[in-house]
Amino acid sequence: MKSINMLTKQELLDLQFIEIRHKLIDLGAFLDRIDRHEGESDFRVSALKDAIQFLGEDRPDRSAAILNALSDHSTELPQSATFQGATGAAQS
Amino acid sequence: MRYIEPHAHMVSRTTDDYEKLAIAGCEALCEPAFWAGFDRSSPDGFYDYFRQLTDYEPKRAAKFGIKHFSWLCINPKEADDPVFAREVMSIIPQFLLKPTVLGIGEIGLNKNTQNELKIFEEHVQLAVDHDLPILIHTPHLEDKLKGTRLIIDSLANFSKIDRSKVIIDHVEEHTIQHVMDEGYWAGMTLYPHSKCSLDRAIDMLEIYGSDRLWMNSACDWGISDPMAVPKCAVQMKARQHTVEAITKVIYDNPREFLSQSPKFVL
Repeated sequence: MKSINMLTKQELLDLQFIEIRHKLIDLGAFLDRIDRHEGESDFRVSALKDAIQFLGEDRPDRSAAILNALSDHSTELPQSATFQGATGAAQS
Repeated sequence: MRYIEPHAHMVSRTTDDYEKLAIAGCEALCEPAFWAGFDRSSPDGFYDYFRQLTDYEPKRAAKFGIKHFSWLCINPKEADDPVFAREVMSIIPQFLLKPTVLGIGEIGLNKNTQNELKIFEEHVQLAVDHDLPILIHTPHLEDKLKGTRLIIDSLANFSKIDRSKVIIDHVEEHTIQHVMDEGYWAGMTLYPHSKCSLDRAIDMLEIYGSDRLWMNSACDWGISDPMAVPKCAVQMKARQHTVEAITKVIYDNPREFLSQSPKFVL
């Protein structure tokens, strides 16, 4: 039994384009906001700008590429943690 | 539509949430032991937490016709102190006898430390010794890829482990293939800001198929949505997934995995 009738590109655009457009503008507005505000930026902004580049590439795995770009690729294991949380981008 | 919520931290949720879950068709939910949003100051704190998971929450859920099951461990965030972690682990075996405890979880890694990895492996051995299923938490955000690889490498050292009884949770696009290729089950967590959005989870179902996959809300004390699974089912319908395909991922699959514990009876 066929479990899915994949939506056509046109159907998917009709369903989701405006929502995705909204998210893209939000991303641009966030970077504008960072530029406009006082103080020092940090590694997260450059990590975001590096990851954004994958959006313009023709490839089937843009989301995985972005996640990989934002990941910690170090190989050493500290004995214990210096803090419990996560920042969302690896600090090189 | 009936469904199973295989990962929810109901100790952090209101009774109103149980009602919403029941109205949405939730027949059963599973609650892995995890961080409470703060570090507990003594093993006694965990003793009471395990009592809450095994005595109180099943009764609270039953008021809405929902069956409540649990998984026990000391979570990776609090497992970075091995002495403390072992004290907590020493009280787990007595709770494993409780009628609604399914297995060991959610164990795993948080900041990918040697201490966390050691306690993770001791938990895995505990599960192997008691022939129990295992539910594994993978780290957040930038730590997930490294932690997932460490977990998979570590599990490979356990020759007696049955991979069909292990689920590695919180997979995303960059980790799902690693988990599926090794023969483990994979969980996709639907979160508003981190982990998977509804559409990204559906994308992974379309790309990888729905065998050995489940979806959960992992609702807890933070920004999370206890209704995420039924909402994802609605979105699957909007993307023309059949009722059979939706039922497989939100009901049949969790039932298949969880039924490996003889205590999981609906």
